[in-house]
Amino acid sequence: MADILADTAEALQLIITGDPEILGIVSRSLLFSGTAVILAILWGTPLAMLIAMNEFRGKTLIKTFLNTLIGLPTVVLGLILFLIFSKGGPLGFLGLLYTPAAIMLGQAVLITPILVSIGVSAIESVDPEIMSLSRTLGASESQAQVAVLKEAASGIVLSDLASFNRAIGELGVVLLVGGNIGGGGNRTDVITTAISRNVQISEFGLAIALGILLVLILFTINMIVAVLRKANYIVELAKPPFSRFKRNRETKQ
Amino acid sequence: MQAWQKLLLVAALATIIVVAGTLVYFNYFSKRRLFISTTTSLYDTGLLDVIEADYEATHNVDLQITAVGTGVAIQQAQNGDADIVLVHSPSVEKTFLEGGYGVNRKIIAYNFFTIVGPADDPAQIYGKTAAEALFNIVQYGENMPDQSGATQIWVSRGDNSGTNSKEKSLWTAAGYNYTELSDEVWFASTGQGMGATLTVADQKGAYTLSDIGTYLKYYSDGNIDLVSLILEEQALLNVYSVMAVSPDVSANQSLHENINFEDAMNFIEYLISDSTQELITNYGKDTYGQSLFTGAVQQLIADEPQPLMRWVQDYAFFDGSECPPQYRNGYEDLYS
Repeated sequence: MADILADTAEALQLIITGDPEILGIVSRSLLFSGTAVILAILWGTPLAMLIAMNEFRGKTLIKTFLNTLIGLPTVVLGLILFLIFSKGGPLGFLGLLYTPAAIMLGQAVLITPILVSIGVSAIESVDPEIMSLSRTLGASESQAQVAVLKEAASGIVLSDLASFNRAIGELGVVLLVGGNIGGGGNRTDVITTAISRNVQISEFGLAIALGILLVLILFTINMIVAVLRKANYIVELAKPPFSRFKRNRETKQ
Repeated sequence: MQAWQKLLLVAALATIIVVAGTLVYFNYFSKRRLFISTTTSLYDTGLLDVIEADYEATHNVDLQITAVGTGVAIQQAQNGDADIVLVHSPSVEKTFLEGGYGVNRKIIAYNFFTIVGPADDPAQIYGKTAAEALFNIVQYGENMPDQSGATQIWVSRGDNSGTNSKEKSLWTAAGYNYTELSDEVWFASTGQGMGATLTVADQKGAYTLSDIGTYLKYYSDGNIDLVSLILEEQALLNVYSVMAVSPDVSANQSLHENINFEDAMNFIEYLISDSTQELITNYGKDTYGQSLFTGAVQQLIADEPQPLMRWVQDYAFFDGSECPPQYRNGYEDLYS
């Protein structure tokens, strides 16, 4: 029987002594999921702006579709990406399957719906007056969009962090397209796959240590979110409405 | 229809589905359960599916099979999570018997391991012995142009499975240290089953050690392009055994109240019966052109064919027996 206390003690010891195996796995997780978020931001934020700032037919449909995709089981997306990345698949010639690149791309795809969906809400919740006001104050179309984006900044950061949460905690994509590859070359084993594997081979101490660290990471991110929300609230109260545009206008004159 | 009526309808439907599902579930589990922890090869080849269907058709027992690899199967059995283990690592089995966890071991089948790799065989191991092949693979790995870690030419199971322990002993026999090798840039491990590992090796164009059964299944099904590159030899023998978990092992309460020893022994008797042995030997013959496994029971009794049976005894017998008397618990007729 697994001895929970002894295994937990071992886990804590592994964390405190900075076990190199654990450090490697955790830093890979952070790197892969961090890169995935950056990738997703690159295409997700413009997409969110496109959807939020334009009125068109089928907008509700698209938003509903995005919300549905948020709940897509990661293992299903893992399967789809596996088929796309594998040798016979449409992107097989890139040789991406079971590489770090496949994980980053896969997770970026995974979190795009959540990033766009929260982003759209954030942008839509910005007072529409801001857009027209900044236009009347002499801003060009893109400047006006940037102004709206600035107002929605906290919501967008929130969407980025939520995306990171989703990415670093998921198992389906990272296992199916990453392959949990250990050894001396480019490794693709990350926190979640390593936990799964170590439970299977009864290395509970290592699994618990990784579990603790994953929860700590998620907790830290959620703390940042909470602090951001609070800080943003105070900033909103402190500044007079639309002061930024007036200032811009004054400097122009 | 009004909104509340629709809501009521949906709720009623949902309730019916849940209740029906629960009833089906409980009906299904009203059979006695036999927990089997098995090496992945028996499962990935589909052999256990056939055996399960055959056995359950004639017995009021529900086989609960988890395919985990030998190391984990043994671990699960020691934890009281299994009633019976199907494994293929004699040294691990011996420790398991000595620890008093397992009893009544029977050798049920054998086949061979082989090293599979890409058809163009960059390390030139075709027709070599296992030791020569491994040497060539190391040489190739150390001298290939890409040393960045992006190209990996050997994929190990890395999961303490029977195949993994065979791999370790083959590396040792070839003069290498497995632990040191696993830090080389060309060396990858999956921590997963045989099927997943074959898929990784195939996608990476790398070599791996596989039991011939799982390999043939994946190759014939068109899942992988890897080819089997080396010949059968004594060092590559792969022997599958079954052991009942000793009824003295305390069962894990989360799974079952007691080790189901009686059904376990019944299942062992079923496995070594002539008809099941024939089923094992013939499994996949039509589909894959050759047997994936060979039933060992009658061959061991007849001591034919040679030198194969001598190899099996050298490799998988303990003190001249597949199960020395001190590791038996009744059922002496199994060994007469």
